[in-house]
Amino acid sequence: MDAKTVVISVSIIAAALVMAIGGYGPAKALGKALTEALDAIARQPEASDKIMRALFVGMALIESIAIYAFVIALIVLFANPLIGYIVK
Amino acid sequence: MKIFNIFPETIFSIGPVQITDTVITTWIVMAAIIAICYLSTRKLSVKPSFFQEILEAIFEAIEKTIKDILPLDPWLVVPVLGTLWFLIGFSNLAGLIPGLKTPTADLNTTFAFALISFSMTHVVGIATQGLRGYLMHYKEPTWILLPFHLIAEVTRTVALAVRLFGNMLSGDMIAIILLGIVGLLVPIPFSLLHIIIALIQAYIFGVLTLVFIAGGMRTTSEKEA
Repeated sequence: MDAKTVVISVSIIAAALVMAIGGYGPAKALGKALTEALDAIARQPEASDKIMRALFVGMALIESIAIYAFVIALIVLFANPLIGYIVK
Repeated sequence: MKIFNIFPETIFSIGPVQITDTVITTWIVMAAIIAICYLSTRKLSVKPSFFQEILEAIFEAIEKTIKDILPLDPWLVVPVLGTLWFLIGFSNLAGLIPGLKTPTADLNTTFAFALISFSMTHVVGIATQGLRGYLMHYKEPTWILLPFHLIAEVTRTVALAVRLFGNMLSGDMIAIILLGIVGLLVPIPFSLLHIIIALIQAYIFGVLTLVFIAGGMRTTSEKEA
């Protein structure tokens, strides 16, 4: 195995790991946020507008963590900066 | 190698400025929005026509959303924010038309939108409470937190851009990869999901901008109260 093959295969494994671990945490957090919001709405249905807005904003912030993981995976797969050092 | 076509390609360049196909799609979307708005507001009347009614409903919804979050006259921000909302929403949906590339699946486009949102935060903050009053909120609650406020200004702008970019790009990639693997019918549910995500992401972009604007003002209004 030459160096390029090693870098590429490690990149693929790293991208898969990034998506797996980076998807697990946000998914769990999103589920918790949704559960709590539904609980709050069940307790106080008249405040559902405010709760839904806060839920959307919070979910967007949580979700962006998963999006960062996705962007990192894309960089590792398609625009890996380390390959440039090997293939001169 | 067709998968890589989802990244922007340079069509031609004016001097050092490269015109990619996402830029051209953005121009098409802008022309479409201008045409829709011009045609439907040409003959305004008290008894609205069909398109006028749709536009009025959309702008009333925008006004109500802004009024709920900002403690201000909503028409201070409706012209810019409404346009931004419209443009992002239509840009997100433009990728569903065959042959067009989603403009917001290009980091340059989303970064331009995020810069507009960034400057809007400061302009509204300064316009409502003066330069001095606006700068004072950076030392809340103590001077020690000043560098963190400055870092937050940068990171939340980058986060806005990357969030929109990643969502739209992932939608496109999933559709194209599935199209390559399983054929025609399976990607359709994902495209339907992509419509919802496109609209929700446009909504979230605007609401986050509003929350940032409100965050720049609320500290002083609480201090005065």
